Amino acid sequence: MISSLLSEDLPRSRIVAFTLILLLMAMLAAPVAIGGLTIMSVFVKIAIFVVLVGSFDLLLGYTGMISFAHTMYFGIGAYGTGIALKSMGASWEAIAIGFLAGAFLSFVIAVAVGLFSMRTKTIFFAMITLAVANAFAVLVNQFYTITGGHDGLIFQIPRVLKPAFVIIPRDVFGVPINGTTLSYYAILLICGLLFLLMLRIVNSPFGRVLQAIRENELRAEALGFNVLRHRVVVSCIAAVLACVAGALNALWLRFVGPEVTLDLQVMLDVLLIVVIGGMGTLYGAIIGAGVFVFAETYLQGAIAYIAPMIAEVPVVSVVIHPDRWVFWLGILFVVSVYYFPEGIVGRLRNRAAELANIKK
Amino acid sequence: MDSAPNIADHYPVIETKGLSVSFGGHLAVSDVSCCFEEGTLTAIVGPNGAGKTTYFNLISGQLKSTSGQVFLNGEEITQYPVARRAQCGIGRAFQLTNLFPELSVQENIRLAVQSMAKTRDSFLTLWSSHKDLIVKADHFLELAGLEQYAKANASTLSHGNQRKLEVAILMALEPRVYMFDEPTAGMSVDEVPIVLDLIKRVKSEGNKTILLVEHKLDVIRSLADRIVVLNNGEVVADGDPTTVMASDIVREAYLGRARQDRVGTAK
Ligand SMILES: Nc1ncnc2c1ncn2[C@@H]1O[C@H](COP(=O)(O)OP(=O)(O)O)[C@@H](O)[C@H]1O
Ligand SMILES: [Mg+2]
Repeated sequence: MISSLLSEDLPRSRIVAFTLILLLMAMLAAPVAIGGLTIMSVFVKIAIFVVLVGSFDLLLGYTGMISFAHTMYFGIGAYGTGIALKSMGASWEAIAIGFLAGAFLSFVIAVAVGLFSMRTKTIFFAMITLAVANAFAVLVNQFYTITGGHDGLIFQIPRVLKPAFVIIPRDVFGVPINGTTLSYYAILLICGLLFLLMLRIVNSPFGRVLQAIRENELRAEALGFNVLRHRVVVSCIAAVLACVAGALNALWLRFVGPEVTLDLQVMLDVLLIVVIGGMGTLYGAIIGAGVFVFAETYLQGAIAYIAPMIAEVPVVSVVIHPDRWVFWLGILFVVSVYYFPEGIVGRLRNRAAELANIKK
Repeated sequence: MDSAPNIADHYPVIETKGLSVSFGGHLAVSDVSCCFEEGTLTAIVGPNGAGKTTYFNLISGQLKSTSGQVFLNGEEITQYPVARRAQCGIGRAFQLTNLFPELSVQENIRLAVQSMAKTRDSFLTLWSSHKDLIVKADHFLELAGLEQYAKANASTLSHGNQRKLEVAILMALEPRVYMFDEPTAGMSVDEVPIVLDLIKRVKSEGNKTILLVEHKLDVIRSLADRIVVLNNGEVVADGDPTTVMASDIVREAYLGRARQDRVGTAK
């Protein structure tokens, strides 16, 4: 049952499995056990990154395609939903129309970029995606009357999803169960289902062809697989998934702006997560997103905590300074790529396989 | 054109008409017109650099010809891309081993089976639920004597086993045309028979068209119905094995000692 839910693609490492179960339990329990917007935001961010990074991994890790347009689709989903909510008011129809329009646009752009550039070299495709993503970011900025330009858009969401919609008052659990809690669980559920969908896709006959293309494109072609068509199809799937992640992000933040969606920084974060977690292992998206979001949220705090204790020490006090947390994140990245080029999950799986071999 | 007129609704399985390709002015395959009939095994021989692999590439589509045409059962396929030719039944094994290195041996073969199955693009079903594909893949795995390596990555196999896998993948496509490019090259003596048995097996089916590039004379003698000799991209001899092997020109071309002028006068 669990095995078929996971498309027979189990974590294949006790540590990974254990971490995943722990994370899942923490996510489910957090709103009641811990409460507060901070922890919920951390987990929502992880969940959304799982979909965004996982769908990016369909391209990079499974098919061997490098696309820099992935966060553009994330942005299209977010802006589609945001603009519709802003202009049509806080209704479910607005969400549906905004999201569907975004998904359709993503689909069309993915097909166009794919057909236009994939006949040629991988690097050319990468360049085109970079150019398209850049052009899109510029457009969003130009049409500031619709998009809010640099400042982005703040909008309302349906009442059921807002904190004012009280389901169980604060005095029962000590934490309020309200519309925010509802959106939290809804987002988790959707992201969870999408993750299972991605696991299914990579373990389907189609998914196996993607891996064959990654391994040896010419041989896949010689076997009779239309490589171009497979690439276009998988880019569309990835684009629409990123678009859903974007819409969920917009709904959670009730805000959409360039920094949280279209910025190159977001794209770099996605790359970082996929590499830290392990390319070509969807579980890597979860572990990677977890590590990244926790580091991003708590590293700064941890450094701020240590900093006063070493304020007297020269040099060290300069390096260990709250403002340097990005620097430390960078170090973490370099170290992890150097020691685990196959990513955390890849490494743990290999280790588990070796141990199993020794036992035999 | 110059080829013999086809008797009504009989076409050779593969026909090339005036097929040529040049690389920067160098004609690697030069005006090759040949027909290959159903149920025959044709050995294509010639010294290194004669253009044998390049001729294969033109038939299976990895290369576009500079001029000339390729026909499959009378249908012109010159403009078809590689994948479409494979779907039409042209199967190809490569001289330089060409596998999916980080996929398992079984998966390498299963993908070939999948390519010809109706369910090849299914994306919401589990690959492991397509038992028919797996059973078939395992069949070819056994034929090639690779069953003990089923779960190993292709990249971990020895050279000889990779060659066997290369052939097994072609077998698993179950094409109408089998093109083997030096299938036994670099194999140890005891590994060669298993590959030859596979080729014999295909031949015994009787309705397949087999093109075989091979250097070992004994292999050619035991398998070929016909020999085509290429040298410098041109067909210098074409006929039944005994005649072709007896001719001086072939001995020299085959041994790689043919000089351009001699070949020229022999024509
Ligand atoms: N892609 C290519 N680009 C340039 N020259 C090539 C290419 N492929 C083959 N050749 C040349 O074409 C000739 C025939 O090569 P090939 O078909 O591999 O010979 P064979 O298989 O008979 O040993 C050689 O001179 C080779 O150098
Ligand atoms: Mg060759």
